[in-house]
Formats: sequence, structure tokens, C-alpha cells
Amino acid sequence: MKKKVVVGMSGGVDSSVAAYLLKEQGYEVIGVTMQIWQDEQELEKEENGGCCGLSAVEDARRVAQYLQIPYYVMNFKEEFREKVMNYFVEEYLHGRTPNPCIACNRYVKWESLLQRSIAIGADYIATGHYARIRQLPGGRYAICKSATDQKDQTYALYNLTQYQLAHTLMPVGEYRKEEIRGLAERAGLPVAQKPDSQEICFIPDNDYAGFIDREAGERAPGPGDFVTSSGEILGRHKGITHYTVGQRKGLQLSMGHPVFVTRICPDTNEVVIGEGEDVFSDELFCDRINYMGMEDLQGTKRVLAKIRYGHKGAYGAIEKVGEDRIRCRFEEPVRAVTPGQAVVFYENECVLGGGTIL
Amino acid sequence: MSEGMRDLIYLDNAATTKTAPEVVEAMLPYFTENYGNPSSIYSLGSAAKKAVMESREYIASTIGAKNNEIYFTGGGSEADNWALIATAEAYASRGRHIITSKIEHHAILHTCEYLESKGYEITYIDVDENGIVKLDDLKAAIRQDTILISIMFANNEIGTIQPMKEIGKIAKEHDVLLHTDAVQAYAHLPIDVDEMNIDMLSASGHKFQGPKGIGFLYIRTGIKIRSFLHGGQQERGRRAGTENVPGIVGMGKAAQLAFSHLEEREEKEKELRDYLIKKIGEEIPYCRLNGDREKRLSNNVNYSFRFIEGESLLIMLDRKGICGSSGSACTSGSLDPSHVLLAIGLPHEIAHGSLRLTVNWENTLEEMDRTVETIKEIVERLRAMSPLYEDYIARKGQ
Repeated sequence: MKKKVVVGMSGGVDSSVAAYLLKEQGYEVIGVTMQIWQDEQELEKEENGGCCGLSAVEDARRVAQYLQIPYYVMNFKEEFREKVMNYFVEEYLHGRTPNPCIACNRYVKWESLLQRSIAIGADYIATGHYARIRQLPGGRYAICKSATDQKDQTYALYNLTQYQLAHTLMPVGEYRKEEIRGLAERAGLPVAQKPDSQEICFIPDNDYAGFIDREAGERAPGPGDFVTSSGEILGRHKGITHYTVGQRKGLQLSMGHPVFVTRICPDTNEVVIGEGEDVFSDELFCDRINYMGMEDLQGTKRVLAKIRYGHKGAYGAIEKVGEDRIRCRFEEPVRAVTPGQAVVFYENECVLGGGTIL
Repeated sequence: MSEGMRDLIYLDNAATTKTAPEVVEAMLPYFTENYGNPSSIYSLGSAAKKAVMESREYIASTIGAKNNEIYFTGGGSEADNWALIATAEAYASRGRHIITSKIEHHAILHTCEYLESKGYEITYIDVDENGIVKLDDLKAAIRQDTILISIMFANNEIGTIQPMKEIGKIAKEHDVLLHTDAVQAYAHLPIDVDEMNIDMLSASGHKFQGPKGIGFLYIRTGIKIRSFLHGGQQERGRRAGTENVPGIVGMGKAAQLAFSHLEEREEKEKELRDYLIKKIGEEIPYCRLNGDREKRLSNNVNYSFRFIEGESLLIMLDRKGICGSSGSACTSGSLDPSHVLLAIGLPHEIAHGSLRLTVNWENTLEEMDRTVETIKEIVERLRAMSPLYEDYIARKGQ
């Protein structure tokens, strides 16, 4: 019997080709678009980009019809609100800078989609990510870099579980982006030309602070003080949710030389300001660890650590310093270690694990 | 595409129906030889004009209305929009208050929201646990400045039939206009606009084996409702645009077919419906029938199954060639918990696990058997994977 796979489809080229490739490989393919977020006022903006709204449904349906595969829309709005949007707001209120895509991948795109796909009889889910899933010699699964290095999509996938990886296919990861475009063209796929999706899909106007203020209501932190590390008051800030570690622009402080945010203190509602060298760190701590390529961590291990999306990585030694806590000592200081962001550890281009920066 | 497409079982007749072959046949000449514009002078147009007139006359006769009280529209939603917006505008000097219910179709609810944004005040009255409008609440909601009551004749999701005669009496006693969205009821139930004191009524062709894209609004003579589409003298100047002649002819024919078999069809559907209700109730544990058991459309079955997602159930039914729905079809394929099920007091998680099956008299008992068998298998499978179910059974065992 053919293996069944549910492909998460956005109507864009990558997920469309993923569906096409799997069909060619002999799988029974079912297309699904995940409806995760939709605000009527934002529909217009969404139509000019954005991955997961009504226009994505139209686009994906067209591709599914062309491929002659069954297609459904599944509603994940509740999970998305709880696991991604609420988390996003809470993290900011606690003075951290979250990465909502990581939460979305782990809890919505994987946990919920996989569960519902298996419920309807699928063996796997598949996506159009440029990443590979490898089973390492010890038997564990790991996300590894794809054939193309231009668009690293492994970072935001570090938090997937072994069970999730064992039930996931990423056919696009074996190809380069240009090859995928070529495949789409040759197959005649009616893929939608989409601009690269904006940074955070549920905040299309990019005004994070405004979004958090609306969501948090009375809990939104008001203005407070900019201070130096020794506690000297430099001026007033608009509220801690407006800032992130390493930020230079938009501080409206006239110090005569560039200054940066070095720390955010939710308890005192203060934003700590420092000089250029103050934003460099030679170590970090993380918790909420997910072990992927490695089952556990004994002793120290040299890894390549990425501390944000798009970071090219820095070498360091990791060591367990608590039940759910890892310290990473960098070989060279790294800039803007930001609490709330993920740190992801790589070895030989594969994800060993990662955690949330403290 | 699905596994059992050869024996498709269509149980979503509240979403739309198969156009009757007689209807298609009646429409065809108005695409081919009689394509003339009814507003033209030459005789080619007069055949079309005559056909429109006959359809109007027949439809008027089915609800006890006069010919000139039937206005053809592009469907039920247009009729609902027109009735509400045009009444609100025409009677604004008398008041800006409208009463409706919490379980209306979105064509009413969203139009009400629009009117709220224009400064009108809307009262959404409650329904009881079976989805029947609370008449005392309705009476209590009427004020000096109330200009319109709009209550649906029968609900599209749970099939509940409203006490329209009583509602009409209340509206008349308080001298308030009454509109009813009868999209699910027209050509399924006997309706008499005079007896029920209905001032306006919306209906849609494709809900009774007519074509899509055609409906009508009944407007009682004397109501000063304004034109909705401007630009021509069609529909007595109140709804411009060249008449959808084939659609009008098709809807008229469908109405004729429906009314000539009204009781026979109702009886047949009731048999299928009751069989389905009974069998699901007997065969599948932890389920609940939504809507009133008696005051219910003859085609409607709506069940909630605890511990499962209605969405997964629908997808798996489709894979087995069975077309059902989880409520309104008008939500672009996405499934938010139904406002109707929430209004009758279902908790969120139970509302999520709901299934609407709406039969047609041409369905068979064998199809009902296969449907129940399939639902049973799927529900068992989904529950076997549900942590909620596992918890429940564990707690029950203690």
C-alpha cells in the first residue's frame, strides 16, 4: 500500500514542488493549508504576501487541483493564538525577545498538524523547507543543512522532537533553490509569485510594540528609565517592549556617540544602555533545552552556535550546568546575545540541539 | 479523488442541492433560442418577459403574496442584505433599532454589524437550548424606536424551525416590520405571509434544487423600502440589472417541483432523518443531537461527538466519499466553532466536534447505513488517538 503523506501547502514554489516531488516518488499525497491567523482588516495586506491566509488557500488549491491531489484547509487558529501569539506577548512582557516562528514550528506546524494528519490516516507530514532530516549513526534524527546554503532554515527547526522528525519528509532539502524553481517550471506548476514573507506574519505592519500594547492591555508596561549599568538615569524610554538587546536605532538619546541596549529589566522597567563593547559577550546560558542529534550532553563539546536567525555561527564549548541548563563559552566574543532568542548548536552541519537564551 | 468516489453519498443539502434535471431542461431555451432581453420591444424579448412573469406569479402564489411583491435577487444573501439595509435607511426617521437573533446566518449577522457601524442599534436575542427564539425576550426587546425584527424561519445548522406565527403576531401587535430569512425553509415548509404577518422574506433557488445565483425577496405592498441596485427599471425600479432569465425560470420550475411534492418529500426526508438520528444515537457513544427533536427541518441532522475534531471527521468522511459539513458552508473552508452551537449553550470543545448531515428525499436507507457505519469507524479511530478521551475513560474507570 502506498504511504500517505500530508503536505503543508502555501501555494508558493517550495511547498508546491514538495507535493509534486512526493507524488512523483509514489506517495499518496494530500495537500493541506493551515489556517493559522486571519484578521479581516489585514486581508488586503496579506494578499500582497504572507503565507497563511485566504490568498494562500486559493493559491494552494490551484496547485493541488493541477497535481490532482485531494486538498483541505485545516484550522489551527486556536493553537496558533495560544502557542505562538500569546507566547510572543508574554516573552516581551518579561523583557525577552522571542522567535515566534520556532514556537509555531514546534507546536503548530508540527505537533498539531502531525497529530491531525495521523488522525486522518497519514504516515508522514511534509514541508517545503530547505533542510534535510538525517538519521545519525546512533539512530537519532537530526535536522541538517540542505543542498543550498543561501537560506538557512535549520535554525527555526531545532525544537522538533524525535517523534516529529521520524514522521516528517522534506523533499526540497535535496535541491538548490534554482533547481526547485526549474522543477516547478518544467512541471508547469501554477505557483504563486510571492514576495518573501514578512518577518512576523501576524504583525504585518511590523509594529511589534503596538501589537503587544493592544494584546497586553492593562499589563502593557509604560514608559520607564534608560539607565547605565551603574544605575545612572540617562532619559525616558517608551516601554520595555519597544526594545531589544543590541538595538542602537530609535533610542533618542543624544550621547554624542553610538550607544546600545545591553539589557532589559522587566522588574524595574529599566532599559540598560552601554557602549559598543558592552554588547559583546563571551558566554551565554540557555534553558528549555531540546536535544536533537545528541541524546544528552556529557562533559564539554565544541560546537558551532547560532544565536539568532541569520547569524553565521560562532564556535564555542558547551557544557551542562544544571538539569535543564547549558553554558556556551565562545572562542571569540559574540555580539548581542539576546534573552528569549534561541541558541542552536551544530556539528557537521547537523543540529545537535538548542535552547532559549537566558 | 477520494477512495469511494464511485458511490458518493451527498448529505449536504443545506449547503446546496443538485439542480433537478427538469429545472435544467426548463432553463436551456433561455440560453439558446429565447435569449432576448425582457426589457426590449421586439418579440424576441417578450418570450423572456413572459417567462419571468410566469415564474414571479407562481412563486408569489406559493407564499400567498401578490405578483408585484416578489423581487428577484442574486440569491439569499443579497435578499437579506437588501431587506435589512434598505429598511434601516427608509425607516431611520422612525427609529434606529433592529432586533434579530443570535443564530442567524452570517448574511444577517454581518449586515447587522455593518448597520451598527452606521449608527444603528441591534439587539441579538437569545435562543433556548434547542435553538428556539425566546418569545418573552423578543417582546421585551421591542422599543419605541424599533423598526424591524429579522428572525430566520429555520436554522441552517441545526434545522430548528421558529414559531413564525407567534413572532408575526408579536411584530404586528407592536407595529414593527418583520423580515424572515427563509432560505432553508422556502419550498420545504408551507409558508403564508399573511397568516404569519411576514412583511419581508428572503429565499434562495439552489436550496431547493434550483440554480445558484438566483433568489428573491418578498416585500409586502406599502413598505417603503428603497431600491438596492440603481440603474434600471427592472423589478419595478427597485433592483436594477438585466434579469437573470434562465435563473428565474429555473427557480420557478424548482419551486413548482417542490410544491407539487411538498408533503411526499417531507415524509421521505423525515424517514431518512429519523433513521439517521436514531442509528447514530444508538451506535455511537458520547454524542448529542443538536437542535429541537420535533420542530426541525425534515432534512436536518446535527450531532456533536465528544472528544473529537469535527474537521478531522469531515476530511475522513470525504476520503470515504461522504459529503457532510460542520455547519455553515460559507466560511471559506475554515472551521471556527459555530456561533449557533455556542448560542444554544454548547461548550467550545463540544461545538468543535460537530457534524451536520442534510438529506434529500432521493437519498436511500442503504446510504444512511453506510454513513453511520463510516462515522462510527472514524469516531472510534479519532477517539483512540484523543488524549481527552483517554483521560475521560481513565477517570470514569476509577
